Amino acid sequence: MTELLLMSISSFQAGSRMLPLAMHIPDGFLSLPVILVTWILAIALIAICLKRAQFEYQERTVPLMGVCAAFIFAAQMINFPIPGGTSGHLLGGTLAGALLGPWAGSLVMVVVFMVQAFLFQDGGITVLGANIVNMGLIGTFGGYYLYAAIRKSLGWNSLRGIGVGAAVAAWASVVVGSIICAFQLAISGTVPLPVALSAMASWHVLIGIGEALITVTALGFIYRTRPDLIYKAPKKAIANRSMASR
Amino acid sequence: MSDSSRNRNVTFALIGLGIALAIATFLSPFASQNPDGLDRVAQDHKFDTKAAAETPAKQLPFYQVFEEYALRGVPKEIATPLAGIIGTLAAFGLAWGIGKVVVRNSGVPPEDDSTSPD
Repeated sequence: MTELLLMSISSFQAGSRMLPLAMHIPDGFLSLPVILVTWILAIALIAICLKRAQFEYQERTVPLMGVCAAFIFAAQMINFPIPGGTSGHLLGGTLAGALLGPWAGSLVMVVVFMVQAFLFQDGGITVLGANIVNMGLIGTFGGYYLYAAIRKSLGWNSLRGIGVGAAVAAWASVVVGSIICAFQLAISGTVPLPVALSAMASWHVLIGIGEALITVTALGFIYRTRPDLIYKAPKKAIANRSMASR
Repeated sequence: MSDSSRNRNVTFALIGLGIALAIATFLSPFASQNPDGLDRVAQDHKFDTKAAAETPAKQLPFYQVFEEYALRGVPKEIATPLAGIIGTLAAFGLAWGIGKVVVRNSGVPPEDDSTSPD
């Protein structure tokens, strides 16, 4: 009886939603200690990013930050179906990192999650720190440095290095983010760890493929049109392009 | 920065913003309605009920304007595209503004270090 009641409550809640709320953690899923630790981590990394961004970038990066935030916000609205009656959407941390580097890339991701939480009630405000870490900073830092390592090993200036690096890093950042989210849920006492780990990882292994496809498509478009805008831009592509436009 | 490269960058920014707005406007009605990764796990393992009903975000004035990704007070068909447009512009403006305030360098090209990841 109680179970029936619970089921009908949860199906009512699911049915009342206009759009599925994104992969964002809502208020109520995390305990106070987990909330505090993730906020401290998020704020510390944001502070470092603000400091590094001061001297790391040129004025011309600023419009690209706006475009990157706009694109990632819009793309996050578009849930794509994955097999098994579930959906996923772009997170964008690796894309932001590859385009802008970890410092400005992280700031862009913070903007996206703030707009979602404050304007559209998507992702809890109390757990915003955790969402920034899981879906943003893991991509802009972890994803970026994995991308950079692969790009370096395959050829820093080659499209192959950029493409393979971005694909692997984008996929990995989604899977790692979901695993860290599973730990946060388990430590908070919301759901047992083995359940959280297997359930979160198994869906996000698939969702990560969508992340990789969108990230590589967007980077490929920029590589062909404005390779100079990629963070630590590929030299050959720029040279070829300016030769061709002469 | 030369005028021509400044113009190219403004052009790129406008094209990029246009693509983002087009995605938010024309693709958002076709977004999958299936529960996403975390939602699905929460439903399967019955902890979706732990989500708070009265959230801090609902105390904000924005809640009077948007119900999730839907602008209130307009026909259902355009509520989500309009919310998408406003959200995309908000993200664009906020990120540009933060960049403008934070980035201090102007004009001088950096030392060539484009072969190292950091």
